[in-house]
Amino acid sequence: MSQFLKATYAILWKDLTAERRSRELLSAMLVFALLVIFIFNFALELNIQVRATVTSGVLWVTLAFAGTLGLNRSMAVEKDRGCLDGLLLAPVDRTAIYFGKMLANLVFMLLVAVIVLPIYSILYNTNLLLPGLGLVILLGAYGYVAVGTLLASMAVQARTRDILLPILLFPVVIPLVVAAVKASGGILEGVPLGEILPWLNLLVVYDVLFSAVALMVFDFVVEE
Amino acid sequence: MITVTRLVKRFGYKTVLRGLDLQVEQGEFVALLGPNGAGKTTLIRILATLSRPTLGQVQIAGYDLSRQAALIRRSLGVVSHLPLLYGDLSAEENLRFYGRMYSVSPLERRVSEVLDQVGLASRRRDLVRTFSRGMQQRLAIGRAILHDPRILLLDEPHTGLDQEACDMLDLVLRGVVAHGRTVVMTSHDLVRVADLASRFDVLSGGVIRASTHRAGLAEDGLLAFYRKAIQEPGAASQPVDFSGPGQSL
Repeated sequence: MSQFLKATYAILWKDLTAERRSRELLSAMLVFALLVIFIFNFALELNIQVRATVTSGVLWVTLAFAGTLGLNRSMAVEKDRGCLDGLLLAPVDRTAIYFGKMLANLVFMLLVAVIVLPIYSILYNTNLLLPGLGLVILLGAYGYVAVGTLLASMAVQARTRDILLPILLFPVVIPLVVAAVKASGGILEGVPLGEILPWLNLLVVYDVLFSAVALMVFDFVVEE
Repeated sequence: MITVTRLVKRFGYKTVLRGLDLQVEQGEFVALLGPNGAGKTTLIRILATLSRPTLGQVQIAGYDLSRQAALIRRSLGVVSHLPLLYGDLSAEENLRFYGRMYSVSPLERRVSEVLDQVGLASRRRDLVRTFSRGMQQRLAIGRAILHDPRILLLDEPHTGLDQEACDMLDLVLRGVVAHGRTVVMTSHDLVRVADLASRFDVLSGGVIRASTHRAGLAEDGLLAFYRKAIQEPGAASQPVDFSGPGQSL
């Protein structure tokens, strides 16, 4: 295993182990996500047909907001005790640090989705446990944490990091969220794959593009 | 081992280092002294490859900082006033994690050695968040020496420690120096560095104002040397805090 992969795995292991002990990040994300779907459930008061049309939008708003909470917390833990410096001091390619943090954030976001989907299905009386939707969530969540981890690394240097991250992140993820909502909606409505494919392609392109951008700029983002 | 030439560091309009020159030989223990805001932490962060110089050249262990930072990092161990440790991991998990980042081998044996060296073997499975500040700082030193670096950079490592913890830290540091490592340490505590360092450099106004070896100190000692250095024209006027316990030299 190359040093790059070893370092990436070490950071992933560290984040998952620390989270298994503290449960700070996941519990906050989960409570927040559940609150959002509960609020939408009561606020929208829609009939079953209309609910089906807004499901994908509500789902992605929930995941996006909960994801932001997780991204902020994930980098704040590194900054508050100086651990980000500890990572940057290691003689490894610094993009390994990015990918380790990004994969940990992806795991947390997918865990939230796995818990939220069945609850959402019950509350909105809509079956969300579909393999196609799982694929869209995987692609969408990857793109979200790919750009989110990069911007969180930037925002964490600022005193106003909690408000700075959403301001930086949401405009950048608009194409991703639109594609994810359209693809999810298509899958839930059972439209042919050919109509969904352009949105899936957009998700893949977004994921590849922002992974590449992060590879190129992460070193500059984290260094003074 | 470390050569710094005309180093300048600017943060926006504020210039912190103003053409600083520094030469540190292998095996030297250099104490960087100076008032608050003199640029000590900025210098340490640049040497640690955490901050890019605005101008000037830095060579560490034969490598150029601007082009070979990753190679330099392998030779460095860094201790700051923050522990750089994860509270939700145990002492050995923290060391194991950093060991993987530095490709330390054989990892388990080295982790045990270091825990013994810093006197934390009996607390190896305890979470770091349950440690006192002194224990965390000892573990931070363990983290810094885990990969057996040739150079140690210490940024006010005694900050916030009580007398006993400071003594323990000094004991660990003496052990580190006895292994022939090069050490650069910033401090406000003249009494402690007087016992530890082999050379004293006073940094003020973004440059090294004065430098002396321990043997070259006059009878009136380090305190007089320091006061004289920071009272030179152009030096920052803010004096170091001498009010701590046991400050007489």
